[in-house]
Amino acid sequence: MIVEVKHLTKKFPVGKAYFTALKDLNLSFAEAEFTGLVGPSGSGKTTLLNIIGSLDVPSEGEVIVLGNSVGRLSPPEAALLRKQELGFIFQNYNLLPVYTVFENVEFPLLLLDMPARERKKRVLESLSWLGLSDKVNSRPAQLSGGECQRVAIARAMVKRPRLVLADEPTANLDSVNSHNILQAMLKLNQELKTSFIFATHDEKVIGYLKRIIQLEDGRVAEDRLV
Amino acid sequence: MKLFKTALKSLLGNGLKTWLTVFVLSVSFVLIIFMQGLLEGWSRQAVSDAIAWEIAGGQYWSEAYDPYDPFSLDSCARDIPDQLKPAAESGLLEAVLISQGTIYPQGRMQGVILKGIDPEQQIVKLPTRLLAGEGPEIPVIIGAQMAKQAHLKENDLVTLRWRDANGTFEAADLRVAGIFVTTVPTIDNGQIWLALDKLQSMMLRENQASILIASPDYKAQQLEGWLFKDVEKLSSNTIAMVKAKSMGMAIFYLIFLLLALLAIFDTQTLAIFRRQREIGTLVALGMTRKQVQWLFTLEGSLNALLAIALGCLYGIPLFIYLSMNGLSFPIDISEFGLPVSDVMYPYYSLKLIVGTIVFILLSTALVSYLPARQIARMNPTEAIRGKMH
Repeated sequence: MIVEVKHLTKKFPVGKAYFTALKDLNLSFAEAEFTGLVGPSGSGKTTLLNIIGSLDVPSEGEVIVLGNSVGRLSPPEAALLRKQELGFIFQNYNLLPVYTVFENVEFPLLLLDMPARERKKRVLESLSWLGLSDKVNSRPAQLSGGECQRVAIARAMVKRPRLVLADEPTANLDSVNSHNILQAMLKLNQELKTSFIFATHDEKVIGYLKRIIQLEDGRVAEDRLV
Repeated sequence: MKLFKTALKSLLGNGLKTWLTVFVLSVSFVLIIFMQGLLEGWSRQAVSDAIAWEIAGGQYWSEAYDPYDPFSLDSCARDIPDQLKPAAESGLLEAVLISQGTIYPQGRMQGVILKGIDPEQQIVKLPTRLLAGEGPEIPVIIGAQMAKQAHLKENDLVTLRWRDANGTFEAADLRVAGIFVTTVPTIDNGQIWLALDKLQSMMLRENQASILIASPDYKAQQLEGWLFKDVEKLSSNTIAMVKAKSMGMAIFYLIFLLLALLAIFDTQTLAIFRRQREIGTLVALGMTRKQVQWLFTLEGSLNALLAIALGCLYGIPLFIYLSMNGLSFPIDISEFGLPVSDVMYPYYSLKLIVGTIVFILLSTALVSYLPARQIARMNPTEAIRGKMH
């Protein structure tokens, strides 16, 4: 298993009380899955994605990602896990605005201290996969929403992570761009055997998923293979 | 190197705002070095002039001599000790008798300090050869400031009244044999120099002196009744005076530096709130919050590096020009009793330049670090969505 979620509960302080976002969740994700966490706003999709991405920690229970118990990782260990094994795709693309497309995609490889020649090869390869070879020197402000999200996917994929976490990746995209993006991710999933976990309530995404986990009020309402 | 490149790229990405901050910081950097160099040059010139004109290699002071006590000035003179006589005869020591009197230039009355010195002396720069010579009037030399205050010119006659060792008042006419120009106010303002033997006989203090000026080759010895003051001790007042004046000037460039640092602090604080999504993304990509904190501190600190580079572009030619040609003052500052020459040559030492660079770097790093501490407390999941307040 690439991810195991055992009796996961996540609570957030709200004033003097606590809001429980995830309630005693038990899930597991295998390698090369193309899975979606589906549900309305507030159902706990993003919270679960953040904990799997070691950006947050469980209040109770355990989440094991690639053999690492997220709650027990020190900040540097969690950063190392994200740096080496995880890729993130965000709803708002979150590209670094002063960097070019090339530099944005190159950034995760810089953090891995990869040699310059290897970095260049990988970045150009990733941009080529996503049809962005002609945008290498553009800056995010010069790109359309679809192009920005493709750069974000290239950035997430360039280091060949074992797991990609995508939070509402098509929320800001039109239908055509959404399909293009999803086809690109599906291709990467099939060719590189990378696992994808989406948090979404977009019907267009749901249509591409191979496994759908329906969350409601922090609990698994349904878990089915498509 | 990785952090450095990232920080530099982000900083330069801010465009005009970065360059405006860098420009203001570079001006304060150049201004600090310029002013400190000027003060250092002034200090050096003041001390070197004081050594050339007054201090030489140090001085023996009669135990009772206090230059700031007019009541003891007449009675402080002592016999020149036998141990010092050979050195005095060979020119390694020059006796100076100090006393007081009153002159009456153009019907006015003015108190003066009388200083007797050997006309043949070679130790200090005073043109004492002009004191030699016989005549009905006593030849004296005075400084340019004294001449100005007393409205005296060369060859003018002026009446002097003094009180000798027995308390008897005497009077004689003085002839201004020469007027010297010096930057050392303590041998000029209110002072009249005349031949030592003449003053000794006027004061009935044969073979007595108040101080002895030592040549730089003289090896000082301890003597009862006499205190040896070395160059460092004697120039400390001059250095203290320059330092006191420099404090006032320092306020101006510190205000300027403060403005630049405030701009960096403000930019950093705003940047951390404006760029929280970027901060969250960097954490998601694999940086720790501490690393991001250092990245932002480095980014702020790079303002100083760019300012130093920019400052060098126009500062170095300016400093070279000033070091070679000096800086002329439009008014005569020596009137204020400060040891300042007409043209001041700034002195830019390596210590000054390196010290200023380190000071600017450290203060910039500090004002960059303070707002960046906020990053360590950020929740990355909220930062990614730009939801922090």
